Amino acid sequence: MKFLVYIETDSGDVVASSWEALGAALSLSDDVEAVVIGDKISVVTEEAVERGAKKVYVVEDETRALFDLERHLADVKNALEQCGADAFLASHTNNGRDLAAALGAEKGAGVIADALELGLEGDALKGVRGIYTGNILVDVTVDGSPQIATLRPRAFAPAEKGAGGDAEVVLMDPADVDSPYEVLGVQRAEKGEVSLTEASIIVSGGRGVAKDPELGFDLIRDLAGLLGAAVGASRAAVDAGFISYDHQVGQTGKVVRPDLYIAAGISGAVQHLAGMGSSKIIVAINKDEEAPIFSVANYGIVGDLFQVVPAMSEAVREKLGK
Amino acid sequence: MRYLVCIKQTPDTAELPKISPEEAASGKLSVNLVVNPWDEHAIEAGLQLMETYGGATGAVTVGDEGAIDALRSALAMGCKDATLVEHTDEVDAWGVAELLAGAVKHDGDVNVVLTGQMTVDGNSGAVPVALGRKLGWPVLTGVAKIVDLTDDSITVERVSGQARLTVKAPLPVVVSVIKEIGEPRYPTFINIRKAARVKVPVLTADDLGVEPPAPVIHMSNFRKPPARDAHVKLFEGSPQEAAAALVDALLEEKVL
Ligand SMILES: Cc1cc2nc3c(=O)[nH]c(=O)nc-3n(C[C@H](O)[C@H](O)[C@H](O)COP(=O)(O)OP(=O)(O)OC[C@H]3O[C@@H](n4cnc5c(N)ncnc54)[C@H](O)[C@@H]3O)c2cc1C
Ligand SMILES: Nc1ncnc2c1ncn2[C@@H]1O[C@H](COP(=O)(O)O)[C@@H](O)[C@H]1O
Repeated sequence: MKFLVYIETDSGDVVASSWEALGAALSLSDDVEAVVIGDKISVVTEEAVERGAKKVYVVEDETRALFDLERHLADVKNALEQCGADAFLASHTNNGRDLAAALGAEKGAGVIADALELGLEGDALKGVRGIYTGNILVDVTVDGSPQIATLRPRAFAPAEKGAGGDAEVVLMDPADVDSPYEVLGVQRAEKGEVSLTEASIIVSGGRGVAKDPELGFDLIRDLAGLLGAAVGASRAAVDAGFISYDHQVGQTGKVVRPDLYIAAGISGAVQHLAGMGSSKIIVAINKDEEAPIFSVANYGIVGDLFQVVPAMSEAVREKLGK
Repeated sequence: MRYLVCIKQTPDTAELPKISPEEAASGKLSVNLVVNPWDEHAIEAGLQLMETYGGATGAVTVGDEGAIDALRSALAMGCKDATLVEHTDEVDAWGVAELLAGAVKHDGDVNVVLTGQMTVDGNSGAVPVALGRKLGWPVLTGVAKIVDLTDDSITVERVSGQARLTVKAPLPVVVSVIKEIGEPRYPTFINIRKAARVKVPVLTADDLGVEPPAPVIHMSNFRKPPARDAHVKLFEGSPQEAAAALVDALLEEKVL
């Protein structure tokens, strides 16, 4: 089965979970090609080769620096046509989701969206995904050509560097389409801020910080900084204005999948668990030993987060020499 | 201006864990059904547009007769009209998008279609994009704020990866919103009473002149995810002692 994998870029930088999509394809087939669309993407293109793509289709153009559904879709369709792939994979980022949905809807091809596992059944893709917000798992197959799947970030091992050989790089002209979207401004996340969906460690705060929210989140940020972690929050913390919505984890926030999730002052409502329940290790810091978060946690401390979180930072500094 | 909000009736999020594989496979749920929470934000966005720029906001859903309850909730929040597209045959995201596109065209006057970011049952997030492609309209997803609306364009702030973009697109347009767009308002008592009396128009695929495609996404082997094997290990002592022991345990787990 021949795969085309979409390598997402943003202003020249690769979106790291794209390598997981490449890894998933390589685990299923030897015949894996990639398409990279963006501006100033030679480093990303080289990396796609290094990580094992057999051929890389490249659309490099100023108009491609930011994701544009119209333009990127047209480029992907061109690449698919040249490549003749049976299957198209992308990471289930917001842009990957939109791209796959537009492609599938146009071609009448099904999408295995937000897959947690991916395999082959004969000549067809077979995925596993969650429905009812992860409370039910199902096997999913799709009709149509190409077979399309988007993969949950951090659910698949990335393609490894050094796996590749000498691949052919095919430079393609940007598709000649008019975009209806005019970007008037771009605001970036603060430098050094780790993306929640890509983070391997997340430290989150909840309403438990209420007696001094500013100090509470400062303490959480300190610990996160030491660990190279992203900062998360419960909806109660967001709604109370302690921190912005970008940080919300859960049913109506982000779904995350870190190796380590530290929940400080979070009770563990089902809507919060919906966002972080598949973290590998969960740590709960809560002053109420009856809090439901302890029933999903691997480790816990019953105590005041205003004391425990700085003590953790102290211990990390000591033991990791930071 | 005419705004049309696409809403779906979905399980109360607190009850999602109670859904059994058998219920999920048959689609016959015994849990309490409400308006998909993301769609409440879409309704709020529609009402705010109506208040700021004038015009009328309607709601539409594809579902069975029971979904009229969700439409009544939209009316109670302040929507001016509501339409049920009654469809009980199995459809996937493309089928729903086809029916919604039919409803939008049938309405005839729509400038802005609003949707939620995703449903809490299907979790695909594919419908807004598919709807836009079927209508041939631009699609703005991840919209956190509507900055401006004119006779022929809309300007929004949307989240794209790690960046927040200010984007302008021509009307008509499909806009899918996130929670930041605004907290859904509570229905007023008067609106609830009025909504209960409204006769909600019911249309079928035939009425709309569309034939939704047969599903191309097939689900099988419905099951519960493996339970978390979580026996919490609690660390005791002073905060310093407990924290030190916890950090040791995390080092041992190789997650630090
Ligand atoms: C449709 C819908 C969608 C939702 N979506 C989300 C979502 O996306 N994300 C989300 O998180 N929630 C969501 N919720 C809300 C959810 O139901 C809970 O209300 C919310 O998660 C509670 O946040 P919390 O745990 O911070 O607050 P609380 O439940 O109030 O818990 C605070 C906890 O802090 C502890 N505490 C207090 N002081 C301290 C201290 N000094 N030290 C240590 N511990 C302390 C308390 O013991 C308590 O357990 C949603 C709800 C609905 C209805
Ligand atoms: N059956 C439906 N009727 C009306 N709108 C729907 C329906 N299904 C999905 N939508 C809309 O599309 C959005 C995304 O849904 P989904 O792609 O199914 O996750 C929802 O938030 C709704 O606004």
